[in-house]
This record gives sequence, C-alpha cells and structure tokens, in this order.
Amino acid sequence: MSKDERFLQKKKEWEAGTLKKVIDRFPERKTEFTTGSWLSAERVALPESGDFDDYNEKIGFPGEYPFTRGVQPTMYRGRFWTMRQYAGFGTAEESNERYKYLLNQGQTGLSIAFDLPTQIGYDSDDPHAEGEIGKVGVAIDTIKDMEILFDGIPMDRVSTSMTINAPAAVLLAMYIAVAEKQGVPRNKLTGTIQNDILKEYMARGTYIFPPKPSLRLITNIFEYCSTEVPKWNTISISGYHIREAGSTAVQEVAFTLADGIEYVNAALKSGMDIDSFAGRLSFFFNAHSDLLEEVAKFRAARRIWAKIMKEKFNAQNPKSMMLRFHTQTAGSTLTAQQPDNNIVRVAIQTLAAVMGGTQSLHTNSRDEALSLPTEESVRIALRTQQIVAHESGVTNTVDPLAGSFYVENLTDKIENEVWNYLNKIEEMGGMVHAIENGYVQKEIQDAAYRYQQEVERAERIIVGVNKFTISENAPGGLLKVNPKLQKVQIEKLSQIKKQRNSDIVRSRLAVLGAAAKDPDRNLMPFIIDAVKDYASLGEICNVLRAEFGEYQESIVL
Amino acid sequence: MDKKTRILIAKPGLDGHDRGAKYVARALKDAGYEVIYTGIRQTPEAIVKTAIQEDVDFVGLSLLSGAHNELFPKIVNLLRKKGAGDIIVFGGGVIPESDIPSLKEKGIRAIFTPGTPIKDITDFIETVK
Amino acid sequence: MQELARRVIKGDIRGIAKAISLVENGVETVKKEALIDALYPHCGHAVIWGITGPPGAGKSSLLDRLIEHIRRDKKKVAVIAVDPSSPFTGGAILGDRLRMQKHAVDDGVFIRSMASRGHLGGVAGATGDAVRIFDAAGYDHIIIETIGVGQTEIEVMELSDIVLLVLVPGLGDEIQALKAGVMEIGDIFIINKKDHDGADRLRAEVEYVLSLKNGTGNTTEHPITMTSATLNEGIAEAYSLIQAYYTTILKNGNLTQKRKNRIENELKHIALSKIKEHVDKFLNIDDCLDSWVENVFQKKVSPYKLLNKKIDKFLQEINWK
Repeated sequence: MSKDERFLQKKKEWEAGTLKKVIDRFPERKTEFTTGSWLSAERVALPESGDFDDYNEKIGFPGEYPFTRGVQPTMYRGRFWTMRQYAGFGTAEESNERYKYLLNQGQTGLSIAFDLPTQIGYDSDDPHAEGEIGKVGVAIDTIKDMEILFDGIPMDRVSTSMTINAPAAVLLAMYIAVAEKQGVPRNKLTGTIQNDILKEYMARGTYIFPPKPSLRLITNIFEYCSTEVPKWNTISISGYHIREAGSTAVQEVAFTLADGIEYVNAALKSGMDIDSFAGRLSFFFNAHSDLLEEVAKFRAARRIWAKIMKEKFNAQNPKSMMLRFHTQTAGSTLTAQQPDNNIVRVAIQTLAAVMGGTQSLHTNSRDEALSLPTEESVRIALRTQQIVAHESGVTNTVDPLAGSFYVENLTDKIENEVWNYLNKIEEMGGMVHAIENGYVQKEIQDAAYRYQQEVERAERIIVGVNKFTISENAPGGLLKVNPKLQKVQIEKLSQIKKQRNSDIVRSRLAVLGAAAKDPDRNLMPFIIDAVKDYASLGEICNVLRAEFGEYQESIVL
Repeated sequence: MDKKTRILIAKPGLDGHDRGAKYVARALKDAGYEVIYTGIRQTPEAIVKTAIQEDVDFVGLSLLSGAHNELFPKIVNLLRKKGAGDIIVFGGGVIPESDIPSLKEKGIRAIFTPGTPIKDITDFIETVK
Repeated sequence: MQELARRVIKGDIRGIAKAISLVENGVETVKKEALIDALYPHCGHAVIWGITGPPGAGKSSLLDRLIEHIRRDKKKVAVIAVDPSSPFTGGAILGDRLRMQKHAVDDGVFIRSMASRGHLGGVAGATGDAVRIFDAAGYDHIIIETIGVGQTEIEVMELSDIVLLVLVPGLGDEIQALKAGVMEIGDIFIINKKDHDGADRLRAEVEYVLSLKNGTGNTTEHPITMTSATLNEGIAEAYSLIQAYYTTILKNGNLTQKRKNRIENELKHIALSKIKEHVDKFLNIDDCLDSWVENVFQKKVSPYKLLNKKIDKFLQEINWK
C-alpha cells in the first residue's frame, strides 16, 4: 500500500467511526463550509504524502488519541467554544445584574469572580477582609448571597464556572443547595470549579490549608461529584496564573500537567478508579500574543496529557485522555498606556486560543490594567470572540495550522522541554515537594525577571510602553466599586446571623469538625448541610483551619 | 562603610499577585539596596512593625486588588502613630490615575503604575533619601 | 548617645532598631562604642542560640515553630536573620523573616534581618553587637540564623551558647558536609523534613559520625532529634531538648567556659582590629601601598625587610623600643 492510500484509508475509517458517532448526534452548524471565495473548506485537511506512521503517531485525527488536532472530530464546525466572560464585583445584587446583561448579549456561560475574602475563606466582617470586600469579585458570605446571585437565572440551563480554590467545596455546596431551592436536581448541573490548590501555592496566592488536607478536600469533591453531580467539571487545573506570574509557555504546560499528575495520584491513592474521575478533569490555559508558539503549546499539551493518561495511568476510556481546556487571554500583556491597543492584543490572543482548539474562552477587556472593566469594554471583548467565530473563517476547518512545518516543529520542541521538566519533578518526588523546596517558584521567577529585564533594556518591544509612546491623559469612565459596599455587606451578614437558628449552626459546625478529624470521611455532605442552615463561609473555613492548620508561604526569591 | 539604604517591599491586602513586588525587590537588590521582602497578605500592623524593627528608610507597597485607597493611607497613619513618620512610603500596582492625588495628599510619596521602568523608582529613592 | 542606650534598656522598639543600624553601619565608631559600653552592664541575661545548616534545610520555618513554644513560656525572643550581600552590587534580599512573619505583630518577638555586607563566617560583622543590644533590651532568647553556606560558619559557634545544626535529607551531599567538619559546629542536631525519604538514613549517618567524634560510641553529649517544620511535628521535643541541653551546660560549667572563651575571642579581635587601625594610619598603607609594591616587584627590597623597617619606626615612635 503506498503512503498516499494509507492517509485516505485511515481517513475513511475515522469518518466511519469517530466522526460518525459524533456527527449523528451533533450535526455541524452548516451543511457546507466555504471560504470567502466560495472554495470548499475541508473539515480536516490532511497531507497527501509523507510518512504516514509518523503523522499518525504524533498528529493523528481529531477526536482520537493523541488528540493533537483537538478533542472533538468536528471542533467548531459543530459548535463554537463557550464564550465565557469572567465577571463579578460588589454585591450579589450587582453581579446578578451583570450576568443577566451578559446572557442577553449572547454569552453562553457564566464565570463567577469572587472577591478575595471569599477566595481565602474570610467573612466580610473579618478584619482581614478590610478594604477588599467586593473589589475583585462578588462577596459571598452565606447561601443567601448565592441565592441573590442566581436570582432569575435558570441553573439547569446555564453552565457556571467558579474561580474558587481553597474553599471550593463550600461554594460548590452553596451552588448545589441554591439549585435545589430552584427545583434543579444536582445531576442536571453543569459547570466547573477551579479547585486547583497547587498553583495557588506557586503563583496565585489564595491558599488556606497546607497541601495534605487541601488534596483531601479536592479528592472529596471528585468522589462526591462522580456520583452526585456527574456533569460537573470538578477541577480546572490551571496554567493561567503560572503564566501570569511570569513563566514561559513551556513552563506553563509543564507545571500544569505536573499538578494534574499530583491530583490524579491523590485520587488514586484514595481508592478511586482512574476512569471514574479523569474524564471530569479540565484545564485552564493562558493565551499570549506569540501566536504560533501558543498554538503549538495547546497542541503539545493535548498530546502529552493523552500519553500520560494512557501510558502512566493506564486509562482505558478515551475521554480520560482528552485534555479539555478553558482559555483566558493574557492579563499581563495588557498595558495601562494607550489602553485601546489592548483590543488588538486580545484579538491576536483569541486567534491563538481558537486555532489551538480551546473549549471555552474569556477575552480580557482593554481597561483591565487600569481597573475593573466597564460594561462597554466587556462588550468589545465579547465581540472580539464573536468576530473570530463568525468572520475570520478559522472555525471552518479543524486544527487549521496542522502540518505547518514551523508549528509542528514548535509543537515537538515544546513537548520535549515539557517532558524534561516532568521528569525532573518526578525525581524530586512530585509537585508538592517541588513547590515546597521552591524549585518551581524559582523557575517562574527567573523567567519573569529575564522577561522584565528585556523590556527594561528595550530588547523586547511593548508597543506604547517602551516604544511608540505618546503623552496621554488619564482615561476616564472607569468602573468604581461603591465604597459603601463594605458596610452594606457586613450589615447583611449580621442580619442573617441574627435570623438563623444558631443552635443548629453550632451543631452543624461541630459535626463538620469531627468529620474533618477522620481522613477517610468525605466532607462534602457535612458542608452542604452546614451551608443550608446558613453557616457562613468564614465559619466553615475556621472549623477546617482549626483542624488542618494554615499554609505558610516559604519561598522568597 | 556607608550607611546602607534599607527598603521594605510589602504586599498589604489579600491579593497574591506578587510578580511585580518580587521584580521590584530583585531589581532594587541589583541596584545595591538592602531589600526586606515579607510575602503576600500582610496586615497594615505587620507591615508597620516590620518597617520599624528593620529600621528601613522606605516602604514600598504593592497592591493589585483595588484596596489601595483603604490600606495605603492606613499604613502611613500607623507609622506616624508609632513615631516613624519619617519612613518614606511609596506604592505600586493597578492604581487608577484618578486615585493618585488623594493618595499623595495622605502621605504616600510616589505611586508607580504598571510599565514604570525600574530607573524611575531608583531615581525617586536617590532623590528623596 | 546615652539617650539611645536608655531607649534600648527600656525596650523601646524603634530605639533598639536604630541602635542596631548604628552598630551595623559602623561609620560612627565613637558613638557605637559608647553605646555598647553603656549597655554592657545590662547584658548577660539572655540565652543565645545559633541556628545553622545548608540553604533549604528549613531553618527559618523551624525557628517559626520554636518561637511559638518560646512565646508559650511567656519569654521574649529576638531573631537576627543573616542573608548574604551581593559581592557585586552590595545589595541584598533579606527574606528569612517571611517564614516567621506571623509573629510580626507580637510585641514579644523582634525579628531583624541583617545583610552580611562582605563579612565571612555566616554572620554579619555587627551580629555580635546586635546580640548585646537585644540582651540589654531584655530579650530572654536571642537567636542568630546564619546564611547557611556550610563549613565556613564557625563564627556562629563563637557567638552563641547553643548551636542547632539543621540537616535535611535529599540535598545529596550530606555526607560530604559531615566530613568537612560542619559537625564540629553543632551542639544539637536537628533532622528536619523527617517525612521525606532518607530522613532515617541521615539520622543514622549523623549518629555514626558523632560516634567517631566522641570515640566512645555514645552520643548523649550531642542530642539528635527529628522534626517537620511544615507538618509541625517534633517541635515540642526539639524545644525541650534545647532547654535540657541549656540546663546541662549551665550546671556543668560549660556555659561559663563558653562565654569566657567568647570574651577572650572578642578581646583578641578588638585588640587586633584596634592595633591594625593604628598601624594602618601610621604607616599610611592606603597611600603607600602602590610604591611599596613597585619596590618589591623591582627587587629593590624584600617584603620582610621593607615592613620590618616600617614597623620598627612605628615602635620607636610609640617609645616601645
């Protein structure tokens, strides 16, 4: 058989198998896809000659191992990625309004930003919360706030992503409980919690507990959701913040996948079967402006993860091997100078994410280097995604850059470098040790320092910052969080504390504390009971603090 | 031996975005200063006590969460209350231009927003020390 | 000056901090000496610990835990954390206190970071004077945390009553370090990160090396204990070992001997540096050195001859000869 025929033969098999299974259930958006000059756009363009075995092993077909070309056979010809703008600020009432606005504008999923006290498990009346309430997201103290947040939003029809890590179990418990009040059973709920504590230690900073009990909480969630909330993505293993902290694209993939390995190990150690949870693992990456390296990065990440799951963990179900990911454009590339230029940066980054095969995307707003985004800037950011989806044509074919000599070369290079890191981390005894001894943080910081030095010396040009600068007036019309909010939120909390049955709350918390002492107990049911009776986030976290202790940052520079 | 300039780089508030603070700390070290770095999530009280114990000449505050209007002035006031009003406080982070005049009025001597070259900071230190 | 000494003795935080800067900056020698002279009668009450060990051994994290125990005993504690200065720029990142920062708001804990400023030996040149300042200010425990580069850190031994040597498994060259004589520095050996692979083996190795050192096979003289600072395990045991060790050396006279040795070393050191200062000044070494080098290089004179002549002249001048 000549090589040409093997490509065609394999394509036929793929069409009859992998493709047919999907396309029968989910037809493509159009019966025919064409370019601007009405040329037919191939679903999956293939080489016609060349080394078939090499192609098949490294690149293969979309929806099939090693998933280099994407996790679905039709990709965006079937359905666009979920356009999901991260939003939330102030009180639950204000955020609820913003969510309704975004859904009206054509957004297809919600993404909730919580304020920092919520993310670190402090109630609004905690002294640590001073000045931070409602600043970078919505303040949630009790289930009451969650009820308001989803007022008038049908929780069975919207998928919700929550950026919450250390207290993820508590916020998920509130979500489940509110859905129940709306009459939505938990097995209908779709969405994601970030739930990725390891990157908090190395890059993002909203940790509470030390690694061991944190990993326990995470596996408790995996286990609970595998039977109770089966459509929920139980973790979003995040490279985004590692990249924001200054890592390279290679490090972003390497450290994220190393985190993933650690979570899988923890779940296996707790006795779970790999295929019972691996399909619900999802990832979250950054999209920078180095367009082709970024596309190669996403493709390499998919290939490596598939290999890890198949070869290292012996997963059997192909779903367990698929690296599905959310993407956010790079906040760290936004400039405070000439902020409208950021729209262009975001457009390039959007293309990177889409040509890299993302499952969902948040595009940053132009003014985010200055403050929280205004409604107008959020709209432009969303429109950027819509333009790429509907006008650019890159969505008419699957993995449009496959076969580019340069992109395939970069994909291989990134893969090699990532394996080097993964092997080194394994030698150190895994990611927890590599974080505790500061290795990972040092690698990130060195890359960040090198980058910034290049910018300082203008060896790396940032338009509007170290070249093509202008003198400009301070931009107006920025969004301000109402300074009275702190008082309002604290008042709301104290009302609830007065109205609730405090005897029940006390006993719920005591039972939770007792369960926490036994490492074999799953804490989710206890937390759900506690939130239903209006125990606050801070109270629940304090019970766990008393049992688990708190993580202490240990690495400097 | 000369008197060394000592600088505390601190992150008040709860945000964990320490890339900027760490960059500045490292760059100031490379510029020859002694830099004390205390990590994220420092309360105003801890920052002020640290500044006094370490007998620093400057305190540089980094904050990206938007809580600067509350926390920066609080630190300046606490320093004054403890008889350490001579320690010079500057700040950086995501701080809207419109907030800067009132922060300066409240005793924060300089604000460096994203994209500031490190030389602006060292020039400031050398000018006012 | 008496004003500053008064503030130190009163325990005034800012006064103590300023006093340390004064001894650290070393520009105002007269002021500095007057301060130490004024404080000296108030010294001698504190227990001085040294904590040393390789970078990454977890010295600061361990200290953070030990401070909790000291504070539970209602004792005041001061920490002097030394980090290296860059030999090129003179700058330094002082980050040890980050791991102890939860004590920052506790009035009974004073943490001061010091850059080595070119001083070798694992501590800073002014560390000894800083200890005096804390001692006079009424701190019950003063803990010196060294840079942690290994063999050269003998100076901490001279400054402290008790030296804790912290070791961890997995740094690869433990045995090398042991052979190279770091062991001589420690009074108490702490194997930290005891949950990591190789901790038990390291303990066995340390016991072996100590048995060689004692020659008798028993290691009671130098206790070994295992901790995990991150998991907060073994800390209470370590703390009581330290207390017991202190009681022992207090009773058997070793402490007095140590402190006298310390004074002896210090007197020698002060004497040498004062003499050096005078000789330097008299000989005007800074200005003359270039021409001396030239003369010796050209073989106009040999090094000993040249310097003996100069020194003789100096001794005549001061009526020594």
